[in-house]
Amino acid sequence: MSAAHRPVNRPLSPHLQIYKPQLTSVLSILHRATGIALSVGVLYLVAWVVFASASASTYASFQGFNASILGRICLGGWLFCLYYHLANGIRHLFWDAGYGFDLKDAYRSGWLVVAVSLIATALSWVVGLRLV
Amino acid sequence: MSDLRSPLARARGLGSAHDGLHHWWAQRVTAVALVPLVVWFAVSLVMLSGAEYGAVRAWISSSLAMVLLTLTIVVGLHHAQLGMQVVIEDYVARDGLKLACIVAMRFLAVVAGLGAIVAILRIGFGG
Repeated sequence: MSAAHRPVNRPLSPHLQIYKPQLTSVLSILHRATGIALSVGVLYLVAWVVFASASASTYASFQGFNASILGRICLGGWLFCLYYHLANGIRHLFWDAGYGFDLKDAYRSGWLVVAVSLIATALSWVVGLRLV
Repeated sequence: MSDLRSPLARARGLGSAHDGLHHWWAQRVTAVALVPLVVWFAVSLVMLSGAEYGAVRAWISSSLAMVLLTLTIVVGLHHAQLGMQVVIEDYVARDGLKLACIVAMRFLAVVAGLGAIVAILRIGFGG
């Protein structure tokens, strides 16, 4: 067979449909997803200070949404995204500095990130609801 | 094959993009800055649960909150803008549309940042 007709045995990039989800890949995807969510979330934070700078009645309508079921789901999800992106972002900074690349370390730090973000979200809810 | 780059270009090591790792570095520096800011903000937000209009304004108008809240929003928007640029570059294939999306996203980030700064200053200085 001539060189031109030989099939090229190139490496294939993983197809998400047939690829078994792993903790490392799922957390990586989640980091980007929470980053996108937080990009919208920071606009929500901007809206909060803009409403606070307006009249008391305008602010009350904004707070009315926050206190609704949908508003609480949004705020709870927003907090989880914040804690997750923060914790996993610190994990990324350690990688950038050259630490934690062993598969065992990557899994350990991954589970740590999951635990920290879930506990911080739950703690925020418990403390927040007690103050309301 | 001989290296076509000049000795200066090789020493700079920036490659064909010409500004090399500036984007990557800016994302990391803003990330480091955001670690303490986000922790401060999250704790403050939880403590403000159920606070009324007056209490929220009183909190924002303290000097510490004015400085740190402005920093959190501005640095956060900058970090978000850098990240969203990469996301758009990854998923929007057409060059013209890609550029339009990035520019529109940047405009939105600047408008949001200025809106937040004006709002915080108005609350702080009693406008």
